[in-house]
Amino acid sequence: MTEKKNRSMIQRRLIPSYIFLTIVSFISVFPLYWMVTAATNKSVDVARGKIFFGNYLMENWQRLNQLQDLGGAMKNSFIYAIVQTVLALFICSLAGYGFELYHDKQKDLLFSILLLAMMVPGVATMIPLFKIMVKLGFLNTVWGFMLPGISTPFLIMMFRQNSRNFPIDIMEAARIDGLGEVQIFFQMYLPVMKATYAAAAVITFMNAWNAYLWPRVIMTDQKAQTMPMLIANLAAGYTIDYGVLMLGVLFCSIPTMVIFFILQKQFTEGITGAVK
Amino acid sequence: MKKQGKSVTAKQERAGWMFLIPATILIFIMSFYPIIQALLTSFKTGSSANMQWAKPLTYNYTRMFSDKLFMRSVTNTFLYLIIQVPIMLILAILLAQLLNNRDLKFRGLFRTCVFLPCATALVSYSLIFKSLFATQGLINSILQGLHLTSTNINFLGTAWTAKMVIIIALIWRWTGYNMVFYLAGLQGIEYSVYEAAKIDGANGWKTFWHITVPLLRPTIIMTFIMSINGTLQLFDESVNLTAGGPANSTITMSHYIYNNSFGQGVANFGYASAMSFFVFILVAILAIINLKVGDTRD
Repeated sequence: MTEKKNRSMIQRRLIPSYIFLTIVSFISVFPLYWMVTAATNKSVDVARGKIFFGNYLMENWQRLNQLQDLGGAMKNSFIYAIVQTVLALFICSLAGYGFELYHDKQKDLLFSILLLAMMVPGVATMIPLFKIMVKLGFLNTVWGFMLPGISTPFLIMMFRQNSRNFPIDIMEAARIDGLGEVQIFFQMYLPVMKATYAAAAVITFMNAWNAYLWPRVIMTDQKAQTMPMLIANLAAGYTIDYGVLMLGVLFCSIPTMVIFFILQKQFTEGITGAVK
Repeated sequence: MKKQGKSVTAKQERAGWMFLIPATILIFIMSFYPIIQALLTSFKTGSSANMQWAKPLTYNYTRMFSDKLFMRSVTNTFLYLIIQVPIMLILAILLAQLLNNRDLKFRGLFRTCVFLPCATALVSYSLIFKSLFATQGLINSILQGLHLTSTNINFLGTAWTAKMVIIIALIWRWTGYNMVFYLAGLQGIEYSVYEAAKIDGANGWKTFWHITVPLLRPTIIMTFIMSINGTLQLFDESVNLTAGGPANSTITMSHYIYNNSFGQGVANFGYASAMSFFVFILVAILAIINLKVGDTRD
């Protein structure tokens, strides 16, 4: 009896928390809900403040495809983001693994030097990087897009921190079994670190997909443009068609949302490891 | 570790270094080399094809400090930083604290909702907020529907309201992101500490200030550095939400640097590099201060 009473008292004391969290949740979700409804409405109705679903989706869809090469930009964004994610995960996990499991004084020093790159802002390197990419002929290519983003101190640090949980005994046992160092990485480390890879994949894919400043610099050809560039173009005119714009924004948001929902659990776990 | 140290053979030693080489080379070419180049370019003038050393060498830097528009972009960026970062981080810690309570129901649902804005692209949410706060937009419709205002407010056409919209948008987009780090940090704290505090009669605020905040200090410092870093480099919001306007009143440093290098037909790489090196110095100073502050009580 007292147990039950106690519990209901706890819940009653939590009422302010519930109210606060509900308000914050509503504010967080509403603009996204509104984006989805706006994509199905006529521009004038959107401006008038309609917040329910309409039946103008097909018209917006046709207009969007007339104005911009939606398929092309989606394809570009997917290719750039996937290539960048795969390479970044490979390169940074190799480094994180090396820094943690083979660590000695020199490697620790090198690691702290690499961490300094965290302080280097993208805007400061964009002009020299642009010149490098021009020289290499990488303008409007996936190389130009992803090369600056496949080795980041943040990812290396994340893999290094999470590698602490990797049991060294496994390595010793594998060596006795005659496995080479590279084999140990692929056969032992990779499968054990799945959660970290998932988290790193979410972070890298989202960053690559959402990148805007660097693609705007490096993608001078309309054909090479990414989704964020496409929707920015939609909003650049004097009269904005809100229905069409929000449909574009929706397409730009779907991939990252889907990935987030699928990998949410792994993402949180990966972050937890990085914070420890 | 000792056991491993003894058995490290030359082959393993080599493998260890091999693992680091790709990442190290890339960081040197893609971060360290360009920042040195940026410093060198900042002492030059002329168009991108034929650049010459500036006379005097510090020409771009003197120009920078007397450039009213650049100074405005610095003030704007710092205004966003000073107002937005503290509000966002306090809100994020508060939410994490509330969501860490095991008696709370629907924790997963609340967490997902609060984190959801982070799944949108910076350009996407900028455009969503631009549309919401448009003169003919939903916010104006709601305000008039509630009879709070009688005419449409030109949110993005007035300097101070445009700044407010940027700050609100930033808080909306990033609070959940920071909250995830705090939640992760809180899960590292033994839950029994909270139970003990409860038994000792500490109320919510007391536990928040005396247990949560001190124990989360490393995480707070990390998120603080990340937020400062991000805010100093604000670009997407300034370009897409307000286009720097009205009359450049919301323009950020990165936006102005971009305009001087790749936008608006001018390619003033020397001047842009000087300004971007200034941003680098700011980021570095603030990061070092943060690390120092973070170290003192350990």
